Amino acid sequence: MSNKMTFGKAIRDAHRYLLENYPEVFVIGQGLWSPWYVGSSMTDLDKDFGTERVIDTPVSEDCCTGVAIGAALSGYKTLVIHPRMDFMILATNQIVNQAAKWSHMLGGQDSPSVTVRGIINRGGQQGAQHSQALHGWYANIPGLKVVMPATPNDARELLISSVLSGTPVMFVEDRWLYDWEDEMLPIKEVDLSKQGPNVLKQGEHITLVGSGYTTYQNTKAAKILGGKGVSAEVVDLRVINPLDITEVLNSVEKTGRLLAVDSGWANCGLAGEIIAAVSEKLPATKWKETPKRLTTVNSPAPTSGSLEDEFYFNEQDIVNKALEIVRNNQ
Amino acid sequence: MSTITKSKDFKDYSLGSLEDPLNEKFKSSINLDGENKEQLLFDYKQMLLIRKTEEKISEQLVAGEIKCPCHLAIGQEAIPVGISRFLRKSDRVFGTHRSHGHFIAIGGTAESLFAEVLGKASGCSKGFGGSMHLYGKEFGFYGSVPIVGATISLAVGAGLAAQMDKKENSDMGVCYFGDGAAEEGTLHESLNFASIFNIPVLFVCENNLFSSHLHISQRQPKSVVGRYADAHDILSYTVDGNDLVAVSQAAQALIDNSRNGGGPGFLEVVTYRWKGHVGPQDDMDVGIKRGEALNHWKKRDPIRRLSEGLIKSNLSTEGQLSAIQKEVDQSIQQDWESALQAPYPEKSTLLSAVYSQPSPGGKNV
Ligand SMILES: Cc1ncc(C[n+]2csc(CCOP(=O)(O)OP(=O)(O)O)c2C)c(N)n1
Ligand SMILES: [Mg+2]
Repeated sequence: MSNKMTFGKAIRDAHRYLLENYPEVFVIGQGLWSPWYVGSSMTDLDKDFGTERVIDTPVSEDCCTGVAIGAALSGYKTLVIHPRMDFMILATNQIVNQAAKWSHMLGGQDSPSVTVRGIINRGGQQGAQHSQALHGWYANIPGLKVVMPATPNDARELLISSVLSGTPVMFVEDRWLYDWEDEMLPIKEVDLSKQGPNVLKQGEHITLVGSGYTTYQNTKAAKILGGKGVSAEVVDLRVINPLDITEVLNSVEKTGRLLAVDSGWANCGLAGEIIAAVSEKLPATKWKETPKRLTTVNSPAPTSGSLEDEFYFNEQDIVNKALEIVRNNQ
Repeated sequence: MSTITKSKDFKDYSLGSLEDPLNEKFKSSINLDGENKEQLLFDYKQMLLIRKTEEKISEQLVAGEIKCPCHLAIGQEAIPVGISRFLRKSDRVFGTHRSHGHFIAIGGTAESLFAEVLGKASGCSKGFGGSMHLYGKEFGFYGSVPIVGATISLAVGAGLAAQMDKKENSDMGVCYFGDGAAEEGTLHESLNFASIFNIPVLFVCENNLFSSHLHISQRQPKSVVGRYADAHDILSYTVDGNDLVAVSQAAQALIDNSRNGGGPGFLEVVTYRWKGHVGPQDDMDVGIKRGEALNHWKKRDPIRRLSEGLIKSNLSTEGQLSAIQKEVDQSIQQDWESALQAPYPEKSTLLSAVYSQPSPGGKNV
């Protein structure tokens, strides 16, 4: 029997599972009672679980995040939703200075069990303040786990494991993934601390590394590359802080070539970190070619359609970049 | 001057009849006693220009010609028009995600707005900003942005700069924001700051009773937002935002006071948006409850209430007003067509403005 589900619905299913099985879970954030604000990821949860556990809020990002942290310190497992990462910037003090630090600065005696859903929502001529993929910022912070699912199964499993992990987690989703459909496996509670990068597709000539939507793009690019006789291995990072580089390292050891793809910006970003982490460990003799990265153009998002086309990279750009690397020496 | 009321005079900080869609008092023509005829006709034309510009945008969103998200303020036109009467080019006005009216009322053209929402190089932000990021510094419009509450402190800073200029009859900072923005901490920090430093700034809260899909009663314990200004010892009026005269009288009192060293002012204008939160639909996000209220609020149409007042007080005639309407229709059609014909920005410009060109700097340069 087919059990297909989209990425957005899978996230909703994770909420449903958590709310059904864990009375100490509640969800708070802007737009939770609205049919459109957070896409398909919250539909009707307020009706099914009540507005006491699915709380829509005033326009107060900093406060609502603090509220979730405070409740987490008081025995609840809380989920805060920011419909856009851009708005979440207003809550960054609470996330970075409070949630991420709480355990360590108080001697490891307490830890807020709070998961923050930071949603990347870009394109559609929305412009500079409605388009940012800032996962790299947050992944720079010790004490804050940063999870970035790419597949519907991961979206559901990793969200459940984040909320149950007992630590502050930044759960980064890309709205461009919401319609990606997949056959769902039975729900399993997994230990977040054991989760890390996965090889989604085996290959020999080049390793494509990404997370979230870029993993989706990489799998499409790998198909196109296959048609051109290039066998690409696709590694999906899944958890970008703490970053376990082992799978990536094993892959590049085999292929000798690396393209790191990221929807964030280049400078001090995730793609650069991947290249650095692999370079530090992989002996020079194993490299067949200099590694490269593909990141978002170094500007804020424009609105005009003509500029937007130029701003966001697509699968073909990944293919072209991969071919630059492979063509040099195959 | 009975139309304007201090926020603190609202019993229990409840808007009462002002927020009651069934109340008949706010549906009739407005009182124009003592008003200048030329000014009223100018304002009428400005309000129509805003209305019809936004109707055009709405229509073209449906047609698919405009693709950027647009937050329309149809029904709220009296506010920026009533306030802009008293502003000058050297003032510093900041807007929000819903700023088409703010922009036009102070001198922005429909053509540069159309071009902007179409993503054209001739747009007021050169096609880089779309509906939510408008610019017109040469007439005092310093910028509008969609991060809720973000421009409030910027206007305080612009007011601080004006204060430092030590001009007699000071320039001012002005920020528009909504009732939802009052839930962000920044408003409270800004009110406190402006009060303690006696900054010439006008806080304009467009209380349209909604933030996205949520009514103010679901978000705040009281409906008069001006209570926050009172808490910070700032002079505050709460008026019918669909009454041009009430808006302008309150604006004048507050602006005069600020320009003459009296410190910040807070103007709460109670209104209602006819469209949904974003886009051309009436209601998409707020359900039936709003649908019923909306029909009543449409009877509080600020433009009709002005035009009826004009005719009733013999300041104008049906004929004159419909001639103005025709004129506005024609100019909008022309503006739309020239915006359509304008070129898109060259792809090569994408990186042209990330960092500004080196400039000599300094405010007097
Ligand atoms: C910091 C931030 N949080 C949330 C949003 C999403 N948002 C955009 S407009 C809006 C409603 C604002 O309501 P209000 O201030 O009353 O203005 P109105 O839309 O009624 O004009 C919200 C929540 C945002 N743009 N910025
Ligand atoms: Mg509002």
